[in-house]
Amino acid sequence: MELEASILLELGVLLLVLTAMSGLAWRIGFSAAPLFLIAGLAAGEGGLIPFTHSFEFLEVAGGIGVLLLLLTLGLEFSAAEFTATMKRHAPTGVVDFVLNAPPGFIAGLLLGLDWRPSMALAGITWISSSGIIARLLSDLGRLGNRETPAVLSVLVLEDVAMAAYLPLLGAVLVGGHLVAGVLGSIIAVVITLAVIQLTRRTEKAANWLFTHDDEEQVLFRVLGITFAVAGLAELAGISAAVGAFLVGLAIPSPAAERVREILRPLRNLFAALFFFVFGLGIDPGELGPAMPAALALAFVTIFTKVGTGWFAAGRDGASVRGKLRAGTALIARGEFSIVIAGLAVAAGYVALGPVASAYVLIVAVVGPVLARSSDWLAAVFLKQPKPKSKPKRHRSRRHEEPESIGADDSAAGG
Amino acid sequence: MMASSSRHANHQKMSGSLGRLEPMDVNETMLPGVGMRYEFTTVKGERFGMIAYRDGRMDLVSYSEDDPDECVGMVRLDRTEVETVAEIMGAPRITARIADLTREIPGLVSAQIDVPAESPFIGEQLGDTRCRTRTGASIVAMVRGSKVVSSPTPQERLAAGDVLVVIGTEAGIDEVRKLISGG
Repeated sequence: MELEASILLELGVLLLVLTAMSGLAWRIGFSAAPLFLIAGLAAGEGGLIPFTHSFEFLEVAGGIGVLLLLLTLGLEFSAAEFTATMKRHAPTGVVDFVLNAPPGFIAGLLLGLDWRPSMALAGITWISSSGIIARLLSDLGRLGNRETPAVLSVLVLEDVAMAAYLPLLGAVLVGGHLVAGVLGSIIAVVITLAVIQLTRRTEKAANWLFTHDDEEQVLFRVLGITFAVAGLAELAGISAAVGAFLVGLAIPSPAAERVREILRPLRNLFAALFFFVFGLGIDPGELGPAMPAALALAFVTIFTKVGTGWFAAGRDGASVRGKLRAGTALIARGEFSIVIAGLAVAAGYVALGPVASAYVLIVAVVGPVLARSSDWLAAVFLKQPKPKSKPKRHRSRRHEEPESIGADDSAAGG
Repeated sequence: MMASSSRHANHQKMSGSLGRLEPMDVNETMLPGVGMRYEFTTVKGERFGMIAYRDGRMDLVSYSEDDPDECVGMVRLDRTEVETVAEIMGAPRITARIADLTREIPGLVSAQIDVPAESPFIGEQLGDTRCRTRTGASIVAMVRGSKVVSSPTPQERLAAGDVLVVIGTEAGIDEVRKLISGG
């Protein structure tokens, strides 16, 4: 059970670097995931610290990070929210997919990649980062705005679409035929729907299973079941990530909230290690040549995401400024794009790594910047200036109130 | 005009100081992954919104008169602050309403009585105090933290820190106070 000093030193330095990165991210209001990726790029072969001693551990930790990311994604799911979203925004989900997935797929083919990693690239350009965007909307004080439910609906639909997309990708990437992929995907969707249906019936039992006064009990039960199911899913050829996602879906609401809270520190640690390891596996020298393609792809998909948001917010009757706010808010891609790229790279399509990470880095930075300046953009490019807000009138209510109280008193007292 | 997945809910609005109920339109909107949003327009024409996060935090927002799409001024409350605000707005309003009621009937007084930790009735049922038989005063509500039990049944159990809202004569209320504190 003796740990080598070199491993401890590497991990210590690594965590301190990640601390600095996440502190920086917090300060400038960006997501930490892309910064962890940059840290990984800077280290590694030819980098500042090679991390050769702890590499084996880091790879396993990164894999666990992916599972925990998808488990918590599943935990976020609420059947009530999903049904309400589907009722109102099902067309938005279609528009989102049609506008944002093809650019990635076509770009992959143009770059000379096989169609399998191109499918991964399609997912990378398709899925917005719910982490970055939810945080951004809250930070900018936009949760009260009219366009916000539409933006959040897009994120919910994308998250659920992952249940069909991930198994398809997983099956295709391991060398399977497209037909096998579609079959795997259908099986996964059927399982997902069954799990959702089942949890409605078994809510009580599931709540009982995942509720316990002792945190340790809850943690071990959830992790045990997640790893076991993920392992079975991997054996069945529908990818461990999907298994973890399904476990998250199956945990019903009151229990899910506590599970989320208990898992959060663990998820943060292992997810950070995953983003880092992903960066570690990429030669920073290859990033430069991948840049032009990534920039072009980013340019196109910024417009397609703005179009998606525009359409979604329009359905809710938002103004032009609101539509642009919704569109720019959706630009950022982040953690799940990296997860998808990670799956492709792990399956041996290493060529995807540099272009995917360059792309995610660009949109993760440009997205929030554009979202912040969207009202300015509306004023400059769309001639939609901010309406001059009258100074808020502060009516003195104290003097008016007693009269009305008196009036009501006599009315009710009689 | 309606935002996504929103519905109008009829909330009861207390008009004036006495509990006269009037239906009031509150627009409830689901914010997937975040929580719920509640909005309404006040009688004075100002639009007001509350965003309740899943984890118990809350944002209070108002909207500019020219652009109903965009919220302006906002206050962010953490969980403890939400609890405190709810307590301030909830519990004493009940007692204030009762106080207004007692003002109408001469000789009737209302008071709040704390249940001390050393009270002999901790864990006992409210009926065991035989409060009304002994003092003539009635316990009309129990306030426990941010929860209010109005018209508690005799089976309701007392806990340390509860606040009893009592109506009766001045002398009767004094006796209840003594009774509860075990004097």
